[in-house]
Amino acid sequence: MATRETLARQVAGLDALDMPTAPAIGRGTRLWRAAWPKLAALTLALGLWQAVVWSGWKPDYLLPGPAAVFSELWERLADGTMLTAVGMTLRRAALGFSLALLAGVAVGSLVSRVALLRTAVGSLITGLQTMPSIAWFPLAIMLFKPTEAAILFVMVLGAGPAIANGLIAGTDHIPPLLLRAGKVLGARPLALYRHVILPASLPSFVTGVKQGWAFSWRSLMAGELLVIIAHRHSIGEQLENARTLAASEWIMATMIVILVIGILVDALVFGTLDRAIRRRWGLLDTAG
Amino acid sequence: MPPPSTSFATLAPPEAVPVLRVAGVSKVFGHGAAAVQALDRLELEVGRGHFVCLVGASGCGKSTLLHLLAGLDGPTSGTLRVEGRTALMFQEAALFPWLTVAGNVALALRLRGVPRAERPGMVRDLLEMVHLEGFGTRRPHELSGGMRQRVALARALAQDADVLLMDEPFGSLDAMTRDMLHAELERLWSDRRFTVLFVTHNVREAVRLADRVLVLTSRPGRVAASIDVDIPRPRRIETPAVSALAGQITEKLAREVQRHGHA
Repeated sequence: MATRETLARQVAGLDALDMPTAPAIGRGTRLWRAAWPKLAALTLALGLWQAVVWSGWKPDYLLPGPAAVFSELWERLADGTMLTAVGMTLRRAALGFSLALLAGVAVGSLVSRVALLRTAVGSLITGLQTMPSIAWFPLAIMLFKPTEAAILFVMVLGAGPAIANGLIAGTDHIPPLLLRAGKVLGARPLALYRHVILPASLPSFVTGVKQGWAFSWRSLMAGELLVIIAHRHSIGEQLENARTLAASEWIMATMIVILVIGILVDALVFGTLDRAIRRRWGLLDTAG
Repeated sequence: MPPPSTSFATLAPPEAVPVLRVAGVSKVFGHGAAAVQALDRLELEVGRGHFVCLVGASGCGKSTLLHLLAGLDGPTSGTLRVEGRTALMFQEAALFPWLTVAGNVALALRLRGVPRAERPGMVRDLLEMVHLEGFGTRRPHELSGGMRQRVALARALAQDADVLLMDEPFGSLDAMTRDMLHAELERLWSDRRFTVLFVTHNVREAVRLADRVLVLTSRPGRVAASIDVDIPRPRRIETPAVSALAGQITEKLAREVQRHGHA
């Protein structure tokens, strides 16, 4: 008879042979591999921009080159006006997105749990997601006057459905086997929701939240362009002022700020979150 | 919870007390013309501490029976009685990917109501039992199929069930890993003396493990034959005694399947 020790040794040997292995890559190598294509693309884009300017397609005062725009950006950063505006806009972004998150989670969890609600408003939520957020503004301004509340209202309507949808899709696509495994372990409905359904739907929820951020950021920019509040400097207000003054450098410098903020939040906050969850859930190739 | 056992328990000798009893159980899926009868008036008894294997061709309702016994579904008619608690192991490990190996085992303890302070020690013991000490912090996707199935076994053991239901748990593993898991399961069963109802389509596996092998008919499922296996333990799957008995059972099974060709 195989003793427990020999069996243990055999098992350990087989395990060692069987374990999935991932090649080890250094941190520096990984960073460089991720960074160089981005740097190359950026250089290419700046080059194209400069080429168009040099071609003389539009006069310089309408389409300035990268050098003029970046020096304008530098000045506005240095004198603090841009940072004040960015601060105000980010505060609104955080507030509006948080409200959208609350609303989206509340509606999403309710709709995913109650079959009747699901039939009633499930497709409406998906429909709302396709509604361009700018189309809400006339109504929002009527309801709330041109105030910050109008902007927040549209942000919630823009981002909420995406977040709710992420949660609903997540609970929809839980492998039935995991639900059965939870039930077999003796989980009652509430425990099943907490220990199985909620964590199983998290990856899809994070995707929804990420999408929700993109929608709320767009709604915010549209809102700040349309709803100018006196003595409140924001990025959208800067853009609108720059347009009124026909200051192309200022317009483009502001646009760069908008783009950079969008990319940074998406990559640093949601990208990291998304990857961390996917890695934990085993949905990501560890070698990637 | 199933009600306490009735008179038949007291009549039987102590070693043969049925811990699991299936009486006249039928299960029909669907309605009308599209209805499929998975089980037909199935009669089945398993004594406490016994290891019983169910073999049958596809579509004989083996998995359906286990789902009914685990309470995942209800029978169309008939009664099922299980004394004590059941644990069910699936063909796939069905581990929760967001939890570590230890977390998966600990969740079973938690849902069973084991106090928080006692869980880590018990998890360690359970993982040691399936030779996975040191793997507690890994995640399921970092393990091989055989290791995942052992975690599932540890999780099932964590439920401290009286009856372990196993639905082709080693079906997707390679032969060598399966042999080791057979030895593991046999050892754990003889140490802890729980009752096992093990479903498989692999007749040799059934003979390797069981005290009694039940052959199920296909569509609808009924018990066609019951064969006691008195080959001394521990057994090995490649010995002549196991092969010979497996051969006889396979013949019975083949006749059962042929019968369907004429029907």
